[in-house]
Amino acid sequence: MTDQTEVPPGQEAYQPASFAFDAESESEIVVHLAKYPEGRQASAVLPLLYIVQKQMKRHTGSAWVPRVGMEAVAARLSMPPIRVYEVATFYLMFNLRPIGTWHLQCCTTTPCWLRGSDEVVRACREFTGIAGWGETSADGMFTMTEVECVGACVNAPVLQVNDDFYEDMDAERTRALLAALREGKPPAPGSMIGRQTSAPEGGPTTLTTLAFAPEA
Amino acid sequence: MPKLSIDGIEVDVPAGATVLQAAEAAGIEIPRFCYHERLSIAGNCRMCLVEIEKAPPKPIASCAWPVAEGMVVHTDSPMVRKARRGVMEFLLINHPLDCPICDQGGECDLQDQALGYGAGGSRYAENKRAVKDKNLGPLVKTVMTRCIHCTRCIRFITEVAGVPDLGATARGEGMEVGTYVEKALSSELSANIIDLCPVGALTSKPYAFVARSWELAKTDGIDVLDAVGSNIRIDSRGPEVLRILPRTNDDVNEEWLGDKSRFAVDGLKRRRLDRPWVRRDGKLVAASWDEAFAAVAARVGATRPEKIGAIAGDLCDAESMLALRDLMGALGSENLDCRQRGERLDPRRRDFYLFNSGIVGIEEADAILLIGTNPRREAPVLNARIRKRWLAAGIPIGLVGAAADLTYPLRHLGDGPGALGDAAAVLRDAKRPLVILGAGATARPDGAAVLAAAWKLAADAGALSPDWHGFNVLHRAAALVGGLDLGFVPGPRGKAVAEMLGGGVDMLFLLGADEIDPGRIGADTFVVYQGHHGDRGAARADVILPGAAYTEKDATYVNTEGRVQRAQMAVFPPGEAREDWKILRALSAHVGHTLPYDDLAALRLRLGQVNPVFDRVGFLPRFGCSDTAGPPGDPAALGEAPFAPPIETYYQTDPISRASPTMAECAATFAPVALAAE
Repeated sequence: MTDQTEVPPGQEAYQPASFAFDAESESEIVVHLAKYPEGRQASAVLPLLYIVQKQMKRHTGSAWVPRVGMEAVAARLSMPPIRVYEVATFYLMFNLRPIGTWHLQCCTTTPCWLRGSDEVVRACREFTGIAGWGETSADGMFTMTEVECVGACVNAPVLQVNDDFYEDMDAERTRALLAALREGKPPAPGSMIGRQTSAPEGGPTTLTTLAFAPEA
Repeated sequence: MPKLSIDGIEVDVPAGATVLQAAEAAGIEIPRFCYHERLSIAGNCRMCLVEIEKAPPKPIASCAWPVAEGMVVHTDSPMVRKARRGVMEFLLINHPLDCPICDQGGECDLQDQALGYGAGGSRYAENKRAVKDKNLGPLVKTVMTRCIHCTRCIRFITEVAGVPDLGATARGEGMEVGTYVEKALSSELSANIIDLCPVGALTSKPYAFVARSWELAKTDGIDVLDAVGSNIRIDSRGPEVLRILPRTNDDVNEEWLGDKSRFAVDGLKRRRLDRPWVRRDGKLVAASWDEAFAAVAARVGATRPEKIGAIAGDLCDAESMLALRDLMGALGSENLDCRQRGERLDPRRRDFYLFNSGIVGIEEADAILLIGTNPRREAPVLNARIRKRWLAAGIPIGLVGAAADLTYPLRHLGDGPGALGDAAAVLRDAKRPLVILGAGATARPDGAAVLAAAWKLAADAGALSPDWHGFNVLHRAAALVGGLDLGFVPGPRGKAVAEMLGGGVDMLFLLGADEIDPGRIGADTFVVYQGHHGDRGAARADVILPGAAYTEKDATYVNTEGRVQRAQMAVFPPGEAREDWKILRALSAHVGHTLPYDDLAALRLRLGQVNPVFDRVGFLPRFGCSDTAGPPGDPAALGEAPFAPPIETYYQTDPISRASPTMAECAATFAPVALAAE
């Protein structure tokens, strides 16, 4: 049997009582609304949900979309609230519960897994003390989420922290990254082994003998 | 008209039709769960797969595939069968297979189609998915684990009911149908999703575990709880009516039914008058029929005819009103009225009080003006038709009266008759304008002027032409049109309702008239109440004659369009109660004026003699307006008072729904919502 005593969604104790777009959000909303013809403003539902999530990050330090935020989007776009709930619950990129300061999104899809994502996940668990997916560490600093392919397979394994990709991870580099995050000093994103974008490790391996024409 | 071949049968169908519709035209049934002809196409259940030659070499969902010239379709090839078996296997993976304890058992699409396409066993060894049940209010029970995600309920609530509360949240295996933030469905048509649900995920809450569909006797009836005359099927077992379902009639209710009409059924078992009562020494005491008739006859003998009056209520059938009218005529009284709220409706011409365009006419209108009416509460099924028209054509709709959310955008032009002058702007440039006047808007001192002004407005807007009659009166009482057709109105020297009250008559016969404040009846007036429920009228009565409710008699009703419809008796009246016309026929013998009909056939013959419209059962011819001269009434006499909302609580409007615990629960659940909406 399912648990019938669970709090219904949107009515949990952590839900704020109200939500209003701030000036920064408003200026972004205008940009997105202008992209769609009159009467088709509902198309902007995804960017607006992101704006809500970013505003919550600015105001509370936790990037998530509260129910009142979804309702604010619905009101702004003249949509029934349920249509916004449907979209927000469909995309896993919207956090519908408060999360930690640093959102560790561990890719465990096949390429990352083959390249050692298990090791990265284990290092994250040991460092943060988080036992299960979707949970937040006791100090509120980290939330761990398992994500499907984020599209950085060439530099697998990848750990996405908030909006940034940290690539070519292993256990040691993960621990160093998490320590820096805990200090509030996130390193520059990208390959953690100094690889240029997604070029081969250690420099070019093909076309090495090609002579380029002198620059004009 | 593309021509195509389906299983070797050649059919011509209109361009834009789908393969599934073409198959239906060819007489081939294709199994489906999500497709419904009155809803948008979703194409997500995949049960309607077919094989089409020279199309992509894969099974194709026929419900969403448009036909093309020369298409060759196979609906029963080995590939199709294999594909459907695969779909069925997936559907059953997460379906609980709890048919023995499921209320849908016996009338379940999944059960039926599993018989054709289900495997004998399951290859699925893992745990089934379990989904938390949702609370959708007092009418719809949910067992969401049974849901197969056809989304019919979501589409109905969004498209037809116009109250977008339901949706599908999350995705994949986590997808759930519900309201997300828990709330009751605030639609008067919400329970239609029970019929639409192809499985047992949405079932009737009041009817939960009451009966199995194959135990029920099914009788065709007509709904009387609003004036639409929705066609219903009365499901009964023994002496009890257990549930009421809509019957398809595209001209009236399509296949929908309002929640009150469906669920007030438990009121039929409560507060019933099941034996005659006579007041002795100020107290009602149980009596026999003979004693009750003797008490009435003694009083009739002692009263001058012009001091005897009769009022017919909201739920009366035409037969009983005719019998009462004939009895009053025989006694020599002209004090008759069926307009118990004092509606100033004019009985002289039929198009003064009918919904002349017909309900289907709404779908031809290109502008609608609502006056003093809230169709969402007075006739939710008809309101759905207005919404359908608005969805199809985006026509302008105006409202003069109490502001309300009617599920489509409208221009609120004003609260009272003062706004009628400017209201014609909504109908400007319309070729088929429609004026809908709530009957309640005429139940006021300036009612005759309101009626005349609405008619004039319709005439000026071009709504009255030889091929289009756009003046419509929307009634809320099922009996009123029948009463007016029978001339159940005061004679030349007769008294109307207001004059009969307050001691205007010495003896008052109430035929199911419960909407009159008993305090307005004169203290010395001798009241005879004939009806089925112990409501306001019976409480004031000196003699109670127990009658039959609408499920308990063979009866004729006339809906707001003037459509004559017949209902059949599903169960017998309880106890000593009898069919109403028989009571009046028996009473007539006791007062010495025996009515000249002994059986229903003779009475119905008389109905046709009184008004030939009663010979035209079920069929409604549509007339244009040949005479634009309006009802007499001085448009200058219009008052200032705003039109009051005619129905405060949709769920409790008549003796049956007031006796229904389910309706009481609905009224309690939705009352705050209704207040918030206004």
